Amino acid sequence: MGNEATLLAVEGVTKAYPGVVANDKVSFSVAPGEVHALLGENGAGKSTLVKMIYGLVRPDSGRMVWKGAPYEPATPHAARSTGVAMVFQHFSLFEALNVAENVALGMENPPPMRQLSVRIREVSETYGLPLDPDRLVGELSAGERQRVEIIRCLLQDPKLLIMDEPTSVLTPQEVDILFETLRKLSAEGTAILYISHKLEEIRSLCNSATILRLGKVVGTTNPRESSARELAEMMVGQTLHTPNRESADLGEIVVELTNLSIKSANPFGTSLKGVTLSVRQGEVLGIGGVAGNGQDELLAALSGEALSTPSAIKFKGKSIGNLGPNARRGLGLLAAPEERLGHAAAPDMSLTENAALTGTIRRNLASKGFLRWGAVEDFAKEIIANFDVRTPGPDNAARSLSGGNLQKFVIGREVLQDPDVLVVNQPTWGVDASAAASIRQALLDMAAKGAAVICISQDLDELMEISDRFAALNEGRLTPPRPAKGLTVDEIGLMMGGAHDMEVAHVDA
Amino acid sequence: MDLSSINPLVLLASIMVASTPILLAAIGEMVVEKSGVLNLGVEGMMITGAVCGFVIATETGSPAVGFIAAAIGGAILALLFGFLTQYLLSNQVATGLALTLFGLGLSALIGQSYVGIKAPVTSNLHIPLLADIPVIGRILFQHDMMVYVSIAIVAAVWAVLKFTRAGLILRAVGESHDAAHALGYKVVRIRMLAIMFGGACAGLGGAYVSLIRVPQWTEGMTAGAGWIALAIVVFASWRPWRVLLGAYLFGGVTVLQLNLQAAEVPVPVALLSMSPYLITILVLVIMSINRGRAALGAPAALGRVFHASH
Amino acid sequence: MLTLERRPSPSRMWTMLTPPLAVVLTMVAGAVLFAFLGKNPVEAIRTIFWDPVFGEFAFYYRGQLLVKAAPLILIAIGLSLGFRAGIWNIGAEGQYIVGAICGAAVGLAFYPTENSLVFPLMILAGAIGGWAWAMIPAALKVLFGTNEILVSLMLVYVAEAMLASASSGLLRNPDGMGFPGSRNFKDFPAAHNDYLIESAGIHWGVVAALIAVIFAYILLSRHLLGFQIRVTGQSPRAARFAGVNPSRLILFCLGTSGALAGLAGLFEVTGPAGQISIDFNSGYGFTAIIVAFLGRLHPIGILLAGLLMALTYIGGEAAQSTLGLPASAVQVLQGMLLFFLLAVDVLTNFRIRLGKTEAA
Repeated sequence: MGNEATLLAVEGVTKAYPGVVANDKVSFSVAPGEVHALLGENGAGKSTLVKMIYGLVRPDSGRMVWKGAPYEPATPHAARSTGVAMVFQHFSLFEALNVAENVALGMENPPPMRQLSVRIREVSETYGLPLDPDRLVGELSAGERQRVEIIRCLLQDPKLLIMDEPTSVLTPQEVDILFETLRKLSAEGTAILYISHKLEEIRSLCNSATILRLGKVVGTTNPRESSARELAEMMVGQTLHTPNRESADLGEIVVELTNLSIKSANPFGTSLKGVTLSVRQGEVLGIGGVAGNGQDELLAALSGEALSTPSAIKFKGKSIGNLGPNARRGLGLLAAPEERLGHAAAPDMSLTENAALTGTIRRNLASKGFLRWGAVEDFAKEIIANFDVRTPGPDNAARSLSGGNLQKFVIGREVLQDPDVLVVNQPTWGVDASAAASIRQALLDMAAKGAAVICISQDLDELMEISDRFAALNEGRLTPPRPAKGLTVDEIGLMMGGAHDMEVAHVDA
Repeated sequence: MDLSSINPLVLLASIMVASTPILLAAIGEMVVEKSGVLNLGVEGMMITGAVCGFVIATETGSPAVGFIAAAIGGAILALLFGFLTQYLLSNQVATGLALTLFGLGLSALIGQSYVGIKAPVTSNLHIPLLADIPVIGRILFQHDMMVYVSIAIVAAVWAVLKFTRAGLILRAVGESHDAAHALGYKVVRIRMLAIMFGGACAGLGGAYVSLIRVPQWTEGMTAGAGWIALAIVVFASWRPWRVLLGAYLFGGVTVLQLNLQAAEVPVPVALLSMSPYLITILVLVIMSINRGRAALGAPAALGRVFHASH
Repeated sequence: MLTLERRPSPSRMWTMLTPPLAVVLTMVAGAVLFAFLGKNPVEAIRTIFWDPVFGEFAFYYRGQLLVKAAPLILIAIGLSLGFRAGIWNIGAEGQYIVGAICGAAVGLAFYPTENSLVFPLMILAGAIGGWAWAMIPAALKVLFGTNEILVSLMLVYVAEAMLASASSGLLRNPDGMGFPGSRNFKDFPAAHNDYLIESAGIHWGVVAALIAVIFAYILLSRHLLGFQIRVTGQSPRAARFAGVNPSRLILFCLGTSGALAGLAGLFEVTGPAGQISIDFNSGYGFTAIIVAFLGRLHPIGILLAGLLMALTYIGGEAAQSTLGLPASAVQVLQGMLLFFLLAVDVLTNFRIRLGKTEAA
């Protein structure tokens, strides 16, 4: 690639944090109009790399070149005024502020509010991303929130648009529309740096891909000419183990939800509206849906953190809607929430203490109200050994573990309590591929032994891999479950709510 | 009992004076909380402002210089809080309490040789024309400068928060420090400025007690006004004009109970003197019953520790 | 530039070391303060921190140490339970007053009955009084979600008004020639909290404080309830997931701290103070907040911190009489101690590094 054709070149950039080299002599370049993928597992260093380009983090060594001149953004403001814009994975939005205010906060020199609102309407219609500038962001769906971020970027006419895992909050139909928008931008000359670990997306969208593993560039390819399997193996560095499933005969219905409605505890949360489902012994029910459509609320309703009318939830025929978490644990209904630090585990407490968090009842770790710390520690050690949790020992704080290891601990803690029903939310979110595979295998093994599993996830591939039946949450409502085998992507997308009110970009430029 | 001894005109006129200390402290604290920081040290900053203002005013003979000194004193104490909570990431509740305990001690130490002295007199303004309007002129337009300064501060805070980019950034930081950080805003710096503004306002409020309302220095003379200011911020759902309303309502109660005590109504003095505090509790309860609506005004990041990690 | 780097696990070493470090820093800063006040800093520090325990008149002061430390420890133990769970009772001063009033009222109602049941009954009344006073913020928080910090604090001022009213009205000594203040319990043996061992300053309040320390230690380290308290403070959502009932915890923590503060008030009014009077309360309820933090919210730590804080009181009084140090200087010293503790606490969870900063 000639220099004049290069918009941004990253040359030998290194960034180390205590105990981990996030980026080790990383080099790649992006040309105007190019859609360039940064592909890698969680922890491969993609986020650190783009944070450097966006001015949030400074490299220890190496350099970046923008249109032939040295590029050293000290702050995101500097990056933005150069022409770099970024759509964040975890949104950089403010729920209690309205759309226009949120857009203004991400711009260098925003026009007065009234003019800005007009511009927002214009741009959002041009790109098929309808948005009302006066609405509070807290009231928007995850997909709509992403539109706010994208429009905030587009209003600044960026030369380089960074998108960090943008499709995790979209239905398949919405993904298609987003890709149309991105292709249009690319045709207009905007370079796009597209971060993902989803191979099919990258193959359909990107012109070139840089693959990162453990902070190093392990390859640069044209993703359209490589198979998904080749890309995956470059990314993971080993042959992937695909979970195998022994199908068990489905037994009795263990959990049954009938017309369950619960108001969300969070002012900007999604209330559950008339959710009905049932799960049998040995069955894995997958529940998909875009983030923020009632996943947290459904988990809370099942775990007992949110109470409902008694008969709305039945466990083996017994009404349990009004029972708290520990009473449900006693019966055999266990749960593992999405947020590992601060919900499934207490960050500053040791693994031993975290084992006691949910394990006291079924593992008989307390007598007469007094904890038997010896037994608790044994339980923690058992989880660590059986689930390959990498940690120096059970005395270490939960927050000292990597995401994947902590998730294995959390899932292991529930699995080893031998539940009749296990509810998990995003069991492999932010977890490296090998840990994810072993977690899925553990869930399948449990089902094979006759337990029922309800897996709430936003990862459709995961759900298709492990579920017997599939249902989707959309604005707090659950679709009737359908057998997972044979469902097409389009059907799944429609169950998730289709394209909501998005439309294809008007290609008239 | 002699209710006729209560002159409604004097009563109404004194409400503004009685309310000003709390108003100043509360509007400052509101800005701090809007930035996402909970500073429970208002009482400590007020009493420090009270003593700084009193000492400097008596030494220089100028109440105006005293007020400036009080604002500086309050801001310096707030800076201490800011340094601990923003740079050393200490717990905001504990640090605020420490600030109050420290401020009470420090002010007693500074003021020990000033007990019993009278402060230099602050003259009341006599706003031409307006002050001569019958009844209303007496109630609204014949007060000292600081009464009007306090209202001007409320108006300024309202305008800045609502119409300016600085105000938008302040609200954004209080809403989500992580998002603000990701967009490149200097969370800590913005919060430090807000904390210092809050300290300066609390200092002014304290000095108003020692220089105008009482006017002399006694230990612990703010008597919980700083805490009441905190309650008023909650009452106001973090909205500037409602802070004004809350402070004036509270000032009204205080003035009324003092007048009733003087008029020797057949209600135990103890009950009257505890009434401002009981009413504050009542207001807090009413506000928390309507939590749904009030919570929307509360900054989402209030009291949470911010540490920019990678 | 200095940067903070989060430790993977809190440092045990610094958890133990920060309180002594804070004490040393306070002594240094205190010395500077005393020098400003025109006192010999070394002498002042020695008078406050050394002489009461090892000086010429230590035999007198040592007894005082426990007398002052007992109410601080008793209150701080209760507060620490709530603080650990993120429940902020800062109105212990009010609960202390109400406990004293209730206990004293029960005792005075029996005057001059000489029955060995009077004192136990008073203890019970004191605990119930403090408990009930703390149940006001607790109930409001549970029912309506009202902020307990502000309510408990407002109730201190209400309690002070009640104290003023009680000492000049209901509980006024009928033989006191109209002066405010109740009968002195020294003249009412059945209700008097007399020294058990006078030279050591041990009275029933000291015994109660030690029992509270032991109970709190067992509760926090072994019992499920203590575990729930700790989880709630660290991570309320995880606690809820673990099945903790937040309302019950609020009622328990506020109730217990109120009862302990009430007990402290009762033992004080029947012992060292001797009577209900308008200035009976001396700020123990607020100083106990410092004690609780200085003791790292740990029962044994609180025991030591209570003794240290008592030392500053006694040493401060001594410095007042021998050096003419103002009484408020000690209050400043105590405030500084809490500040320094909170400041050096950063070392427990963070490593400090020299290096360039991120664009923060």
